[in-house]
Amino acid sequence: MDGTRSLDLRAGLLSALILALLLGVWQLATRPAAGSAAAPAATMTPEQIEYARLLGKEPGAEAGSTAGRSGFPTPAQLGSKMVEHLSRPFYDNGPNDKGIGLQLAYSLGRVGLGFALAALVAIPLGFLIGMSPLVYRALDPFIQVLKPISPLAWMPLALYTIKDSSISGIFVIFICSVWPMLINTAFGVAGVRREWLNVARTLEVSPLRKAFEVILPAAAPTILTGMRISMGIAWLVIVAAEMLVGGTGIGYFVWNEWNNLSLTNVIFAILVIGVVGMLLDLLFARAQKAVTYVD
Amino acid sequence: MSDARDIDPYDADRPLLMRCSCGRHGSAAEHAAEDASTELRRRSETADFEADSNAFVEATLVKALFPQDAVRRRFLRAVGKGTAMAAIASVLPIAPLQALAQAAAAPEKKDLKIGFIPITCATPLIMAHPLGFYSKQGLNVQVVKTAGWALIRDKMLNKEYDATHFLSPMPLAISMGVGSNATPMNVATIQNTNGQAITLHVKHKDKRDPKDWKGFKFAVPFEYSMHNFLLRYYVAEAGLDPDRDIQIRVVPPPEMVANLRAGNIDGYLGPDPFNQRAVFEEVGFLHLLTKDLWNGHPCCAFGTSTEFIQQNPNTFAALYRAVLTAAAMARKPENRELIAKVISPQAYLNQPETVVAQVLTGRFADGLGNVRNVPDRADFDPIPWQSMAVWMLTQMKRWGYVKGDVNYRQIAEKVFLLTDARKTMKQLDQKVPDGAYPKFTIMGKVFDPEQPEPYLGSFAIKRT
Repeated sequence: MDGTRSLDLRAGLLSALILALLLGVWQLATRPAAGSAAAPAATMTPEQIEYARLLGKEPGAEAGSTAGRSGFPTPAQLGSKMVEHLSRPFYDNGPNDKGIGLQLAYSLGRVGLGFALAALVAIPLGFLIGMSPLVYRALDPFIQVLKPISPLAWMPLALYTIKDSSISGIFVIFICSVWPMLINTAFGVAGVRREWLNVARTLEVSPLRKAFEVILPAAAPTILTGMRISMGIAWLVIVAAEMLVGGTGIGYFVWNEWNNLSLTNVIFAILVIGVVGMLLDLLFARAQKAVTYVD
Repeated sequence: MSDARDIDPYDADRPLLMRCSCGRHGSAAEHAAEDASTELRRRSETADFEADSNAFVEATLVKALFPQDAVRRRFLRAVGKGTAMAAIASVLPIAPLQALAQAAAAPEKKDLKIGFIPITCATPLIMAHPLGFYSKQGLNVQVVKTAGWALIRDKMLNKEYDATHFLSPMPLAISMGVGSNATPMNVATIQNTNGQAITLHVKHKDKRDPKDWKGFKFAVPFEYSMHNFLLRYYVAEAGLDPDRDIQIRVVPPPEMVANLRAGNIDGYLGPDPFNQRAVFEEVGFLHLLTKDLWNGHPCCAFGTSTEFIQQNPNTFAALYRAVLTAAAMARKPENRELIAKVISPQAYLNQPETVVAQVLTGRFADGLGNVRNVPDRADFDPIPWQSMAVWMLTQMKRWGYVKGDVNYRQIAEKVFLLTDARKTMKQLDQKVPDGAYPKFTIMGKVFDPEQPEPYLGSFAIKRT
């Protein structure tokens, strides 16, 4: 017990050290170059002063105050941006300007809906495929062809046929999260131990009861693994989809800030996407742990 | 917009606050934007402006009907003002548009979604929102920022948007079914004239002659755009074949600046503020303003589907009035600086205000070390001359976007509104003016819209 605690402690310290090192390197790399200070205002003609102002530079000011305007931000700039966004995450200034919390809510809503639909289709279908070798063989070619298609390749088709951009986004989430769940469910169901099925048969339990009380618990860990993989993919895809379709969501936020060429905001969004993705993964890891059993 | 600079603790000129001093806004920039919009709103409510903008709208319509002054005078003298006004009122198949102050018929549809691309071309469309011009017409409009032109097209086709910001050749292309299903679209007004530029990478400062551009890679925002047609026209006049001697790629405007910085492209003919943004970022310079190719050329347009106009004529009239009022306001140089403040924040263009202001006021840094003063760098002349449509069609045919015979007049009149006027005037037994076909001069060459085929035939470099 003591050993693991000290290991945790040391690992935490090491993580903090690595973080400090990274921040230090970042700070050094983005430090305004010395000597790049603009010429003092006194030696400039009025036109040169106006020109500098039109380029967003204050003549005669310290070099540091203008550096990193839209170039790579320093850690401090990113930090203040984070505070600014997180201090009012839920403001709503109409359709084009919403707080980061609202944008995340839109994205999570889309992912949730697409993922739930995929689960509704993939898990029953996976059961069917897993229990019947005939269906498995018949559907396998389709699954193999459809599985490797990049979700975004579906987007134009979805927009054209569904004729609604937000439903198209949900459809893309659906189509990309269906395959891992389907395959894992089928795999898990097919791999249920013969003995357990034989016992069920000797006891003459109804097929429904067999499915829910024997197969489902046995296959649950594999199914949840599939769901975890699917969720990871869905979260990857939503950002790209929203950048393409626009409107709302964290992907739209990235696009909008890209439009503004504001790297600071883009980096902030990247961090948020990473953290939310990690939390989603943790959620499924917990669920996976809950259904795992020891043989 | 409010970067870390805004809270630089050592900056004596800025309050050390995360919010603005009144506490109601997220940043000082938002506060300034609201002040500007209050001032503009006040200006828009003065009797002077109302009279002005009424006259502006009326003049727009009269001019559209009578491109030649002589014809207009003859007509007015022949039929008298009253009849003429009745005829003008029928320019669109709807209630009197010129009577801005007059109470209009109730709109059929009040909640509208209008798409826009965050560029300065959309200025009237965007500013009508914060200034309350839409709500004054009894409309509840959402202006929705959209990620790209193809998406604008798709969202118009699947009716997510009720009306939209178009590149002016797009409605022609969509109506003809080029690059999409054929769906009749209309251009109600031209959003802006001029306002584009050719931006080159700073490393090409010594290559100001297009003859030296062999092998260059250029970007334009969309195939069916004035940007593409003007760039092709310009390099072809210099003797380069735009399909063989240079490369032209479709690139979204914000990526133009990034690609220019990375050296993936040598330049672009793009919409503002991204030309000025390249100067601001010190990666590019303004080689020339498109104003110098064709002064007064159309660029973006405001339009919707024919079906929408037929089903909601009053709504459309109200929208039309709102956008024209905004255009009347944007035309005035004294309003431009305030407009830049209003449309720069995150909800609209999401750009540094100084960049937008330089585009709109025409006092700008050119990237070569000069401050230039070109007040009509961007202008807002809303008349959708049908001869402009004819020119776009000649260029679409020139570069092989449309094949075979093109009925220039028929398409131009179908898409660029102002057409039913002639029908109505015939019904009123009036002498029909000859449509909106003024001539234009493009790079020193006069374009006669009556003679599109000989014009097309006169080019050495073409794909027909």
